Amino acid sequence: MNLIELGLVVFAAILLFAISLTKRKSPPNWRVIPALTKLSHAVDLSVEDGTRLFIALGRASLLTSRGGAPLAGLGLLRRIAERTSLSDRPPVAVAGESSLALLAQDTLQAGYQAMGAGDLYQPTSGRVSGLTPFSAAAGAMPIIRDENVSASMLVGDFGVEAALLADAAERENSFLLGASTDLASQAALFASAQEPLIGEELFAASAYLDAGALHSASLTVQDVLRWLIILALLAGSVLKLIGLI
Amino acid sequence: MRYVAAAIAIATGLIVLVGYFVPALASVQSILLNWTIILAGVAALVGVFNLISVHGDKVRRREKGSIYSAILLVSLFASFIFGIALGPDHPDMRLLVSAVIVPVEATLMALLTVTLLYASIRLLRRRNDLMSIVFLLTAVLMLAASATLPFIEISPLNDLVRPWIQNVLALGGARGILIGVALGTLTTGLRVLFGADRPYGGK
Repeated sequence: MNLIELGLVVFAAILLFAISLTKRKSPPNWRVIPALTKLSHAVDLSVEDGTRLFIALGRASLLTSRGGAPLAGLGLLRRIAERTSLSDRPPVAVAGESSLALLAQDTLQAGYQAMGAGDLYQPTSGRVSGLTPFSAAAGAMPIIRDENVSASMLVGDFGVEAALLADAAERENSFLLGASTDLASQAALFASAQEPLIGEELFAASAYLDAGALHSASLTVQDVLRWLIILALLAGSVLKLIGLI
Repeated sequence: MRYVAAAIAIATGLIVLVGYFVPALASVQSILLNWTIILAGVAALVGVFNLISVHGDKVRRREKGSIYSAILLVSLFASFIFGIALGPDHPDMRLLVSAVIVPVEATLMALLTVTLLYASIRLLRRRNDLMSIVFLLTAVLMLAASATLPFIEISPLNDLVRPWIQNVLALGGARGILIGVALGTLTTGLRVLFGADRPYGGK
C-alpha cells in the first residue's frame, strides 16, 4: 500500500516538473471560473479606489492533514500582496491559528519586498483574530465592517462559522469570495457567499492570478490525476460487476 | 539567507515525506515533527502577543470599536493573572469557561442559524440558477424529512427520500469533492517542496 502512495507522489512530482517546463512556453488555457475573474477585478479595483482587501485563512494547523487549504490561501495572499503593494491601504490577513498568522505576516512581507516596497509593509496586517472557530469569526467581523474593506476572501479551512463572515461582508455590500475544504462550510458558503468556490477550485485561485508556470502545471497535474482516478473507479466497477474482484 | 531558509524547509519537508515510506527515516521524521510541535506551541504564545499588539494599537488610536478591544485586553489579562494564580483546574477558572466562553459560542451558533436561513432566502435573488434551486429544494426536503412535524408524519420522505439523498447523492458528491481537495493538497505540497511556494518568506 505504501508503495502505491509513494508511486503516486513521485508520479505527480515528475508530472508537475515536466509540465511546468512546457507551460513556460505556452500561455495557460483554462476554463473560466467566474468567481476568480471577479476576484481579479476586485483586487485591481481596490488598488484604484484605495480600499482594503481582507483575507481570512481559516483555522487549520499546518501540522494536520487539513494544512493544504491554508497553504493554498497563503499562495493567494502572496499574489495579492504583490498586486496591491502600492495601494494606500494594505490588505489585512487574519487566521484562527497562531502559526498560520505568523506565516501570513511573512508572506505579506515577502510579497512587498518582491515588488520593492518592503518599507510599506505593516506587521499588524497579519493578525490572529481568535483562537477558537467562533472567536476567530467574531474577531474578524469588525475588520470587514470598520476598516474600509471592499473585497473579502475566505480561503482556507473554515467551519460553518464562515457564514457569519459572509453575512458581515454582505451587510457592507462588499465582494466576497468563499472557499473552504470543509464540506459543511462549503454548503454554508454556497448559500451565503456572493462567489463560492467548490472543492478543488480553492487550489486554483493563485494560478488564476498569474502565479507562474508551476502553479499552472499543478492544475494540469490535478486534471491528469483526476482522470486516472475516474478510470480506476470505472475499471473497479466493471471488474466488480463481472465478479473478478 | 533566504536560500538557506528555503533549503532547510525543502530538506525538512522531504525527510518528513520520505519518512512515511522509508522506515529507516522514521526516527528522524519523529524528531523533526516533535520540534515542529514545540515551535507551534511557541507560535501560539506569539499569536497572543500579536492579538495584544493589534488591539492595543486600536485602543491607543481610539479607533471605531476600540471599547471592544479594551474589553478584550482587560479580559485577557484578568484570565491570565487568575489562571496563573489559581491554576487551570480551579473551580472559578472552570466557571470562566462554562459561564462565559461556552454560552458566547453557543449564542454565535444560534445566530448562525438565523444567518443561514436568511442567506438561503436571499440565495435565489443573488444567484438565480439551476444549482441554487437544487440546493434549496434538497435543503427543504431534508428538513421536512428530519423535522418532527405536529400531527403528520411524511414517512416516504423519511424512509425513502432522505436515505437516498444522504447515501447516494450526498455521499457520492462529498467523495468527489474530497478527492479533488486531496489532489489539490498534493500538488500544493509539491509546489512547497519544489520551492515555488514559500510561505516561510523569501522572494
